[in-house]
Amino acid sequence: MASGIKDKVAILGMGCSKFGERWDAGPEELMVEAYLEAMQDAGIEPTQLDAAWFSTHIDEIGTGKGGTPLSLALRLPNIAVTRVENFCASGSEALRGAVYAVASGAADIALAVGVEKLKDTGYGGLPVGNMGTLNPQWSPSGSAPGNFAQLASAYRAKHGVSKEDLKRAIAHVSVKSHANGAKNPKAHLRNEVTEEQVLNAPMIAEPLGLFDCCGVSDGAAAAIVTTPEIAKAMGKKNIVTVKAMQLSVSNGLESQHNSWDGSYFHTARIAAKKAYKEAGIDNPREQVSMMEVHDCFSVTELVTMEDLFISPEGGAVKDVMDGFYDADGKVPCQIDGGLKCFGHPIGASGLRMAYEMYLQLQGRAGERQLPNPKIGLTHNLGGAPSQNVCSVTIIGAHGA
Amino acid sequence: MAQQSVGLTAYGGYIPRLRLQRKAVAQANAWVAPNFLGKGKGERSMANWDEDAVTMAVEAARDLLGPDDDRSHVDALYFGSTTMPFKDRLNSGIIAAALTLEQSVRAVDVASTQRAGTSALMQALSAVKAGEAKNALVLASDHRKTKAVTSQELDFGDGAAAVMVGTDNVIARYLGGASLTVDFVDHFRGDTEEFDYNWEERWIRDEGFSKIVPKAVKAALENSGVSAGDVKHFVLPCIFGDKFAQQLAKRSGISPDSARDTLAANCGETGAAHSLVMLVHTLQTEAKPGDKVLVLHFGGGCDALVFEATDKLSSQAGKRGITGSLKNRVEETNYLKFLTFNGLIEWEKGMRAEQDKKTALTTLYRNEDMLMGLVGGRCKETGVVQFPRSRISVNPNKHTVDTQEPYKFAEKKAKILSWSADFLSFSMNPPNHYGMVVFDEGGRIMMDFTDVEAGTVDSGMEVKLVFRIKEFDEKRGFRRYFWKAVPIASSAAKSQTGQAAE
Repeated sequence: MASGIKDKVAILGMGCSKFGERWDAGPEELMVEAYLEAMQDAGIEPTQLDAAWFSTHIDEIGTGKGGTPLSLALRLPNIAVTRVENFCASGSEALRGAVYAVASGAADIALAVGVEKLKDTGYGGLPVGNMGTLNPQWSPSGSAPGNFAQLASAYRAKHGVSKEDLKRAIAHVSVKSHANGAKNPKAHLRNEVTEEQVLNAPMIAEPLGLFDCCGVSDGAAAAIVTTPEIAKAMGKKNIVTVKAMQLSVSNGLESQHNSWDGSYFHTARIAAKKAYKEAGIDNPREQVSMMEVHDCFSVTELVTMEDLFISPEGGAVKDVMDGFYDADGKVPCQIDGGLKCFGHPIGASGLRMAYEMYLQLQGRAGERQLPNPKIGLTHNLGGAPSQNVCSVTIIGAHGA
Repeated sequence: MAQQSVGLTAYGGYIPRLRLQRKAVAQANAWVAPNFLGKGKGERSMANWDEDAVTMAVEAARDLLGPDDDRSHVDALYFGSTTMPFKDRLNSGIIAAALTLEQSVRAVDVASTQRAGTSALMQALSAVKAGEAKNALVLASDHRKTKAVTSQELDFGDGAAAVMVGTDNVIARYLGGASLTVDFVDHFRGDTEEFDYNWEERWIRDEGFSKIVPKAVKAALENSGVSAGDVKHFVLPCIFGDKFAQQLAKRSGISPDSARDTLAANCGETGAAHSLVMLVHTLQTEAKPGDKVLVLHFGGGCDALVFEATDKLSSQAGKRGITGSLKNRVEETNYLKFLTFNGLIEWEKGMRAEQDKKTALTTLYRNEDMLMGLVGGRCKETGVVQFPRSRISVNPNKHTVDTQEPYKFAEKKAKILSWSADFLSFSMNPPNHYGMVVFDEGGRIMMDFTDVEAGTVDSGMEVKLVFRIKEFDEKRGFRRYFWKAVPIASSAAKSQTGQAAE
């Protein structure tokens, strides 16, 4: 049995660019922005970096393929750069690579950088692309909201929730994230919205309206990781360590086998169970202090509360409406605004989630600082409900 | 059995459900063509944006063949149309693949004339007579493009018909026929042209129909040994009105009462398909065992075929045919939508529509039964079915290797598990509906929906599957086909749970 990753790797420094419609910046500038902050936070020189992992999803319009875009932009000292791509969970993959490198002893200090430059397409929403040569010949040529919206119809059918009740619950999800995002200077969307506004917004993909969809943003985030021993030796205080990193990938069951009912994420449940085990968490509803989940759409966040075993099955609507996940609730969720308002530069998002957990655990989250959090969870999803990759990472105070 | 007779053994039909209201067209164009206001009556069938002559022919054939997906008895396929989507790619080959016919089928395209449907039928009759084919499927289908502000856009309709030619259980015995070839150019469509160029209607009526049709009738009656007085059904597509058809019948000594409904009021003339559309309609409505039916089609001359209905006619009572298709109608009053569906308006589709739709032909061929015939796999060991087929089974309890045999999904019963109406992605008919379709006997496919009544879709609704155009590759002039789900609105209340069938 593998011993797991718990407390083997510490976060030495992190950085995150301002997210948003960064008409002023290309992917290179975004990467530099996140990297310089992380390096300053870590207090190291580039020559101390042993290896780097680089995540970006849409190479056609963003940064290009390979490891060179990162190495060139940051003028890295000719170290290994591995480009990773795993849909919208790419950022978590970069972090996983760097963490595993340190845990293995192959690297003392490793860098993870994720970036996405989405606003060079000329239109709103995510760029459209082909997946190979077979898929486009039969799969619906839909969109991300259209794929995720299907959770709603299946969830309603399974749990007997009315259209109106579900629409209101997912509206609350977005209202909460907007309230949080308003307090985050790096967030893409910093306006508070009312439930009324959310309910009356133009329809994007039934039942998801405009405010049920996350921002499409430019941005980058970076992490520098090392061992807890090195961090200590460097005089670091309030050390934050990685407790668990799990990734579960669909194998076709959801899309091809009739045992899946369409209302939840099969992979998220597997990744969550494994992550809790790796982190030694047996009662997540009580033990997890805060979460950043993959709220690409409001309905995704709602069902994810059950997939992470925080809300009981069929109980997410009630928890959401009760304010359980609000900033002042039992398990605050999307305290930085989430994908919804911080934004979703795909390759950076997983690292952005970890960034917020790291700041909160170090007590550096400013206006949105939570009282004394111990354990933070990030949930980073890529693909569509019927076929996806799902990453669950748990980080916390060293020794917690 | 006495002397083996050759004839029609089954029929099928398909008319798209949209019916463009002629009043809407006439009124929209009245500012420039007030002369068409008088034609603003009734309705014409209108193909959805994802339908063409091939897809409509497939639907008519499926109606004929029924839900049994073993089609190995079909050994010939004759497809008549003037609007085949490909100039060089066997269009009947596309149909054969969609119907999962055997590769040994003799498939032939018959084109370039309004009588392509009847000529296809004549070829099938000859092949069966000669013993070269046992069950020859004849399909006729047309989706003619017309310029805006023409009488053709009001007169024409879209549709398809299917008849099977064989020797067993004949519903209409073939007695004989004739074919007259005359280079009478009432209209033409040049090689590089999208539209017909039409000559004066009065000349076509008086010098064409009035003189050429009777000659063909005479020859056909002689060849079949049937007297004019015995003809009970005079089936002639023509746009000059019922009275003219009656006069033409009379001129040949046939009772004017025998002139059959041209479906001008509720369908429009479906081009090369129309004689067979009218024939199927006649067989479904007025024909009785023993009746003699004369089928005619004018165009570059005239085809004439004489049939005699048999007592087996009732075997086709369950078919949708043309009468069933005509009942399944949705009124369309938006003339702009008609123009848009037919590519007559340059409209801003948005940048999302710029995505390259190039089709890898290697991939298409490697997965031909999957993409064209909706064939998946069934594990021989566990019975689990899945789409697509794969070397390693999706069955979570047993990932068996190399145990899958082909399994056809197209005719299976299915329901909607999850869905959305998407306003973001590009669609020719927004919102773009798609979702997970779950089959009663196992298996599921995430697929596009079409012919949707917006606002009525929900989990648990039954769907039927149809072969449609998936996408146009305008850069290369290619179109790719795949199957789509049509939600059946009346089934909405039947299942509210949306639970997957195990």
